Amino acid sequence: MLKIDNLRANAGDKEILKGLSLNVNAGEVHAVMGPNGSGKSTLAQVLAGNPAYEVTSGSVTYNGQDLLELDAEVRAQQGVFLAFQYPVEIPGVSNAYFLRMAYNEIRKARGEEEVDPMEFADLMDEKLNFVEMDSAMLTRSVNTGFSGGEKKRNEILQMALLEPKLAILDETDSGLDIDALRIVADGVNKLKRPDNATIVVTHYQRLLNYIVPDFVHVLANGRIVKSGGKELALELEAKGYDWVTGAGAAA
Amino acid sequence: MSSSIDQLISKDYEHGFITDVETDTIPPGLDEDVIRVISGKKNEPAFMLEWRLKAYRRWLSMKEPRWPNVKYAPIDYQALSYYSAPKSVKQLQSLDEVDPELIRTYEKLGIPLLEQKRLSGVAVDAIFDSVSVGTTMREELSKVGVIFCSLGEALREHPELVEKYLGSVVPYSDNFFAALNSAVFSDGSFVYIPKGVRCPMDLSTYFRINAADTGQFERTLIVADEGSYVSYLEGCTAPKRSTNQLHAAVVELVALKGATIKYSTVQNWYAGDAEGVGGIYNFVTKRGKAAENAKISWTQVETGSAITWKYPSVILQGDNSVGEFYSVAVVNNHQQADTGTKMIHIGRNTKSNIVSKGISAGQGQNSYRGQVKVLAKAENARNYTQCDSMLVGNRCGAHTFPYIEVGNNTATVEHEASTSKIGEDQIFYLKQRGLSAEQAVSMIVSGFCKEVFKELPMEFALEAQQLLGITLEGSVG
Repeated sequence: MLKIDNLRANAGDKEILKGLSLNVNAGEVHAVMGPNGSGKSTLAQVLAGNPAYEVTSGSVTYNGQDLLELDAEVRAQQGVFLAFQYPVEIPGVSNAYFLRMAYNEIRKARGEEEVDPMEFADLMDEKLNFVEMDSAMLTRSVNTGFSGGEKKRNEILQMALLEPKLAILDETDSGLDIDALRIVADGVNKLKRPDNATIVVTHYQRLLNYIVPDFVHVLANGRIVKSGGKELALELEAKGYDWVTGAGAAA
Repeated sequence: MSSSIDQLISKDYEHGFITDVETDTIPPGLDEDVIRVISGKKNEPAFMLEWRLKAYRRWLSMKEPRWPNVKYAPIDYQALSYYSAPKSVKQLQSLDEVDPELIRTYEKLGIPLLEQKRLSGVAVDAIFDSVSVGTTMREELSKVGVIFCSLGEALREHPELVEKYLGSVVPYSDNFFAALNSAVFSDGSFVYIPKGVRCPMDLSTYFRINAADTGQFERTLIVADEGSYVSYLEGCTAPKRSTNQLHAAVVELVALKGATIKYSTVQNWYAGDAEGVGGIYNFVTKRGKAAENAKISWTQVETGSAITWKYPSVILQGDNSVGEFYSVAVVNNHQQADTGTKMIHIGRNTKSNIVSKGISAGQGQNSYRGQVKVLAKAENARNYTQCDSMLVGNRCGAHTFPYIEVGNNTATVEHEASTSKIGEDQIFYLKQRGLSAEQAVSMIVSGFCKEVFKELPMEFALEAQQLLGITLEGSVG
């Protein structure tokens, strides 16, 4: 589904990704772990098409097409979803209106009919249950004045609604208490299907107690320095990142 | 990083076409004879001509205001023509006699004038260049005693009402442009709502400038008698021309005891091209006077004009009167706007509420200028002002000039201001959810303007939202 080959990218003048390669197949959950500044969030942003990051070389193929050629909204319409580390506030725009716009744009891109507000309300009832959110959230402005946990749950709500093929969760666990963490993780697990894939970007192992990955990759200094199964996350937890960054230097 | 802002091509002004009709236009220039000609063409009563001449003489002694935060080359008032009317407009018996070319013009603008096609529930007075070409729904309105006609017609049919109220809120000596308007005004709308009547439909005037090199000087007078209610809408467009055109209008609102006037404007005059060539100079005086328990509410969405200079104001004369001002002003490319309001608290327990949303894009300059004045006798006067600016890109400007004078220590005056920027992060967030850049900007801006849009009548609110999208298209990529 996704093939990243020797990807290099800058944020401003600074090179952050320095030759990163990764393959993700449908049905898989990949965890990308690493210390602060290793390039985890940059990877997430580059995959989603944030113009603030410049790809200098390498390629990313998504379902057979050159992902880097596509504008951010086209990537979204083709099923790439980023759950933001810092969801953005849009004051004055109701969450319900925003969600319906997004849902309809993605449906249109798939050649499906738009849904009207009534149908959409029914659909939302179901999705809200999914992330244990109150319908009052729908009438509030997008992320405006939301607590950290509410913002993250709102991201998962969008994910549940938009049903992406490739979901990238950028530090979705940061700032969550244990209950919110469980709700978010449950959501992600329930959304897992044979035809979609998830990349979980995280600093800590604890989210992986709830979302069990098929593969764990360790990112250091802009490259993947170690890959393994789910047990790698536990090993990291025990030994710390120095263990692999050292391994990276040696390799 | 802001490379994506500043891209995209601007969408063309869609009302920029020119209608080909024969006009009766007097030669350029202004003197007392010109004023006599205008008054004569309109068969006005003697008092009107005298008033015009007094205004003209006063105007000669006045100087064009230079305090607004806008820049433009001096206007040659002798180079303008002060009267232009489609030749076919005579005394019409019914709208069916209106020149089909004019009917088509308004249809193109989405304003059906023929009764069978009229907007449901809205009566329209269409002003083409200097004169009213037709007013719809008059019969239904007259059943409840509402007078809605052109000002010229009101001068002939109801001279006593016009004489009593014209200039009672904006005297001819008020300011340079108001004096000029008083001397040469050509037509406009007149509304009278009788005592205790709730006007059964929204009233609307649609202004269209067509002729080149003419000034447009119309005057609107709305009188809401005791305990009455009226909601009035005003829309404006003009063709694209490479020269600047002057539009100096006056609007006067008289809300008698317990009356309510809600006045909404969507102003979309031609704004000039992306390089700042052409466009309308919109120099307008709008003011209302509220008697005891009366309420005047101004709502405006200003997206057009090369330069906007206007301050819809309320004189809160009677006790417990209420004044409101809700404004969205958008400038893009080289547009300049210096706009705001004045709330003059004279009566006791008077209340005013100001919500101003300024959006600047391109190299546009947007200034909010607002005065809140509480006079000595205005016990317990209250004002709340909220003034928010939004910047799109980094070559535009937003400025705020509040003037607060409080002469009574029981008054409460609050002023809140904020400035924000449309963030690349907001646009990216929305694009990541499948929205285009235009949809994203439109959504962010609509959210920003929500408090003002909710004051607009439904149909107008949709139009305003679309206009914003069009005006800002091209400012963000």
